Amino acid sequence: MEGVSKRFGATCALDNVDLELQKGEVHALLGENGAGKSTLVKILSGAVRPDSGTIFLEGYPFSPSSPLDSRKHGISMIYQELNLAPHLTVEENIMLGREMHRGGFIRQKEMRNKVRKALELIRHTEISPDLQVKKLSVGARQVVEIARALVEEAKILVLDEPTSSLSQEDSEILFQIIKRLKTQGVSIIYISHFLEEVQKVADRLTVLRDGKKIHSGNTIEVSLEDLIQMMVGRKLVDMFPKIPHETGDVVLCLDGLKGKRMQAEVDLSLRHGEILGLAGLIGAGRTETLRTIFGLDAVEKGSLTVRKIRTSKGAPWTRIRQGMGFLSEDRQNEGLASSLSTVDNLTLSNFSPYRSFGFLRLKKRRKAVRDYIKQVNIKVQDSNQPVFSLSGGNQQKVALARLLHQKADIFLLDEPTRGIDVISKSQIYEWMGQLASNGKAIVFVSSYLPELLGICDKIAVFYRGRLVDMRPTCEWDAQSIMTAATLGRPG
Amino acid sequence: MKEKSRIQTVINWLGPFLGLILVMVIFSSIPEVRDRFLRVPNLKSVATQSVIVALGAMGMTLIIISGGIDLSAASNIALSSVITAFAINAGFPPLLAIFLGVITGGLIGLANGSLITSLRLVPFIVTLGMLGIARGIAKWTAGNQKIDAPLTWVNELMAKSPRPSWLLMAPGVWMMIIFAVVMAVVLRYSVFGRHIFAIGSNEATARLCGIRIKRTKIIVYSLAGLFCGLGGVMEFSRLTVGDPTVAVGLELDIIAAVVIGGGSLSGGSGSILGSMIGVFIMSFLRNGCTMMGWPNYIQEIIIGAIIVVAVALDQIRHRKNF
Repeated sequence: MEGVSKRFGATCALDNVDLELQKGEVHALLGENGAGKSTLVKILSGAVRPDSGTIFLEGYPFSPSSPLDSRKHGISMIYQELNLAPHLTVEENIMLGREMHRGGFIRQKEMRNKVRKALELIRHTEISPDLQVKKLSVGARQVVEIARALVEEAKILVLDEPTSSLSQEDSEILFQIIKRLKTQGVSIIYISHFLEEVQKVADRLTVLRDGKKIHSGNTIEVSLEDLIQMMVGRKLVDMFPKIPHETGDVVLCLDGLKGKRMQAEVDLSLRHGEILGLAGLIGAGRTETLRTIFGLDAVEKGSLTVRKIRTSKGAPWTRIRQGMGFLSEDRQNEGLASSLSTVDNLTLSNFSPYRSFGFLRLKKRRKAVRDYIKQVNIKVQDSNQPVFSLSGGNQQKVALARLLHQKADIFLLDEPTRGIDVISKSQIYEWMGQLASNGKAIVFVSSYLPELLGICDKIAVFYRGRLVDMRPTCEWDAQSIMTAATLGRPG
Repeated sequence: MKEKSRIQTVINWLGPFLGLILVMVIFSSIPEVRDRFLRVPNLKSVATQSVIVALGAMGMTLIIISGGIDLSAASNIALSSVITAFAINAGFPPLLAIFLGVITGGLIGLANGSLITSLRLVPFIVTLGMLGIARGIAKWTAGNQKIDAPLTWVNELMAKSPRPSWLLMAPGVWMMIIFAVVMAVVLRYSVFGRHIFAIGSNEATARLCGIRIKRTKIIVYSLAGLFCGLGGVMEFSRLTVGDPTVAVGLELDIIAAVVIGGGSLSGGSGSILGSMIGVFIMSFLRNGCTMMGWPNYIQEIIIGAIIVVAVALDQIRHRKNF
């Protein structure tokens, strides 16, 4: 790939990036979230078209028109979320879309042979072709996906965060498969945040940052420290308004809290007027922790103390009564009811000011909402319009305004600045600072290090489900956070 | 621009009525039925015929807005009518019999709601099961035959010429109107109503905002059950016997009425006014077709087509808005 660029609106996702992949090599693609890795890979797979630049496949220019086109040319993608039909068998999944038939009838023997051969190639004959995929472990499913790619005679295999949902053992099995594929002449693009893994499997690597290529070379030539430096090495722009705030008493305390979907117990405490950042990679357990605190996931072990009252069980409505507010990272599917109006969405968690004898005083509610719209600076023509007609940034502001309207004093914010423009981001930072100076407590989950370092008082880093370390922000820097998040040890 | 949006709002406001007006205009312009169709006696009889479906549709509207469905509505109506007949036959005072009928409906609804929320089953499955269970209980209670009951004032609830005559319409029709107004107000202006919309629009968001989903759903299904119970009482009033085999398939009419009236089976939209219009579109069609002397199957084909056309039009209307 030569000189590939891609812009999405005002943001430059890729800026003149080159990538060279040799036959039979494992090439790691590294970078922070949003560095442009997935855009690059999507261009290769035909899902996104580049604005400029050319791809050469075995010496010939190649411009895939669709993912199908690119698959036909031997480029297979294996995503984080596996794309298998759970009710079908292993064989049916491997052969899906390329069933061998005569006059519409499946030629079972030949298909079986082909599936066997693919599974043999990666030495996983223990997986029975007749088993339903839903009965397989996550690791085994990934093996099936790779087998599918082999049946398609893939020349290039793209693995996007393949180990993020795998256990240690399954990861080892995957590395074995990768080695075997290499000897078959298959080239692999390997995207991962786990740097030690990359050192183990990759021959060469390319580091991207802010859509630009920072480094490309042999894996053995760079140290872990250099890699981390290259990934984060950006100067923090001063877009983080400093609003002085003082921390007070402990307001929320987790004692060995473990929720249904958390991998480990977590201890944590939060004070009035404090902004606590939770750093870590995607899937490190930060979201799950917030959801357990808010009662969205059931508590399995441990307890939490809210304003000196110990509880373990709780549903969102009890947490809201205790003064908590939660902002979901998934605005579309969870954060907002998109067919309801701005007014409804903003007030949904707190109807009490407008309630009289079970009925709503709509005029009063509309008037109050107008104040919030002004306060949070939401651009909306008619507050009775469904929220899906608003832009992403404005939708996020509606979701945030809901927490204000709810008069929460413990804010659990999950990726509040994801996917919104810089100006809205900066407004949200300022708003968080003001909340803290009013004595509110904030837990701030973010995958964007500069903002964590910019506005948090304390930062806790998660790695594969457990809290690695929590320290005041002044004792962290981008490098040490990245080390803790990618290696799981205090750096 | 402003002019256009004003026209748009008028159309949107009239939108639900257009179908009804269309049906009425068509029949009142056909020479064979013109002089009978838009006459007071006929209108009264259409109104009376609509009562049971309308009561069922009020509950169904709530359920469908919340993203659910109730397939057991018709069985519930049959069971409640049998219970009412049974109670009157056993010599209970009529008022108590009515009460028992309505409560029976409510209990079936409560069972639906509790099973859906506690077993986390989809409403389709639970109410499909309840469709059989309630019908079975009805037949069992009635000893697999009709229950004759002595005539009481209960049977006058659905009488076409009511006593006292200043009522003009059957008491059942008045009840339908009053409940429709009450439910429309509850759905639009009450906290409970807003919660139903929120759950149907996005259950995850509703949960996040602290809405007690289980409780709300149980209330919705129970309320719908109560309406079916009242419908059952009306059914008994109309038939003067408790017939366990009555109203088979009526749940589909009820669902059709809600859907014609703008209810979305994926939840989050619908209105009482719309559903009532849906009920009346179907009643007038049946009435008109009968007057024309058209056979039953023609009615079925027309109503089937109306459902598809009405929902398609509704979608186009909403797509144009944004």
